[in-house]
Amino acid sequence: MPAVSLTVNGKAVKATVEARTLLVQLLREQLRLTGTHVGCDTSQCGCCVVHVDGKAIKSCTMLALQAEGADVLTIEGLATADKLHPMQEAFRENHGLQCGFCTPGMIMTAVDMVHRLGHELDERTIREELEGNICRCTGYHNIVKSIAAGARAMSGGAPSHQAAE
Amino acid sequence: MYNFTYHRASGLRQATNMLGKFADAKLLAGGQTLLPTMKQRLASPTDIIDLNKIEGMSGIELKGRNLVIGAMARHADVAGSPVVQLAIPALAALAHMIGDPAVRHRGTIGGSIANNDPNADYPAACLGLAATIVTTKRKIAADEFFKGLFETALASDEIITKVSFPVPKKAAYQKFRNPASRFALVGVFVAKRPSEVRVAVTGAGASGVFRVPAFEAALKKRFSPKSLEGLTIPADGLAGDIHGSAEYRAHLVGVLARRAVADAG
Repeated sequence: MPAVSLTVNGKAVKATVEARTLLVQLLREQLRLTGTHVGCDTSQCGCCVVHVDGKAIKSCTMLALQAEGADVLTIEGLATADKLHPMQEAFRENHGLQCGFCTPGMIMTAVDMVHRLGHELDERTIREELEGNICRCTGYHNIVKSIAAGARAMSGGAPSHQAAE
Repeated sequence: MYNFTYHRASGLRQATNMLGKFADAKLLAGGQTLLPTMKQRLASPTDIIDLNKIEGMSGIELKGRNLVIGAMARHADVAGSPVVQLAIPALAALAHMIGDPAVRHRGTIGGSIANNDPNADYPAACLGLAATIVTTKRKIAADEFFKGLFETALASDEIITKVSFPVPKKAAYQKFRNPASRFALVGVFVAKRPSEVRVAVTGAGASGVFRVPAFEAALKKRFSPKSLEGLTIPADGLAGDIHGSAEYRAHLVGVLARRAVADAG
């Protein structure tokens, strides 16, 4: 079987996969990083969003072999040992989740949003940018609030792990 | 998804050779259509030829009066490119309307055009702007390229390398989204070019993207939404399905064309 070498959350990883193995399968089933979820498997729900070379992508719609040499960041790579990422903290503070299934994808999408669009995000922008992330519990309202708050929090006193993103 | 053999092409010549060598090979660009299709087992190629590591296929530049976009340029690249935003803002806006942010980070212009989904956005831009599709073998005018549902003029061992868009005087794209899939239920691209006006429609045709000569003639006389008042297109030959009847789509074509002309200014 073919092999793939990549970096996941800052660590070098080598794995042997089938050609048809999706990136999300490599992450969840081989690397046991089960924070990245599969909600639909048809690239609509966004639960599987991770960053590849700094850009949010749906890891159910990319082959593991395509990640050769790539730098992958998953939800597990956001927090430091004792401190949540500001976006994670904002979701906690603002009650931005109920069941939590979509949350990893929401947060990875939100962090990507901040990287592209900055720290002052209005409600309309956030709602538009969440087009590819589906939540079936919350009605999105608190997710939107969380992202606005997280975006602002990310501008202040950035911890070292943010600089590395 | 059925398994396949994966090939990472390092150059176009190698990719072309592989296309000739394997009977049932598919090119992998952004993969945002191909991979979901394979997951549903609607496609099961024996060989996948990945174009993503080929250098120099995603450039965006203005060459004289043409905006030239590499086939592997991602939708996000086109949407965010200052060159595109300045030369053909309607094209940047169209790219920004495709899918969602994560899909736009992967999906490519070449992949979209080669796939020729009847509800895709880029075919309308190509036809509406009289683009030239440049391949490993030749240059194909958009008028000759789109052949029907998921059908193009591409030969089995031919690869799109770039797309050249003549810069129009004015252009705009209006899209009426299917609220579930976010694909165009109907999309209309209008362009005022030095020599002609073009109106290209996606989403509505039973055999893919098409032009509307009656609208074009009216707009050539006077480029104003008023020129289209009272003009309709027949529902014959349009797509009708659970998302909308042919009559509904015919109506939308008129509405969106008027809005696009107004938007183009």
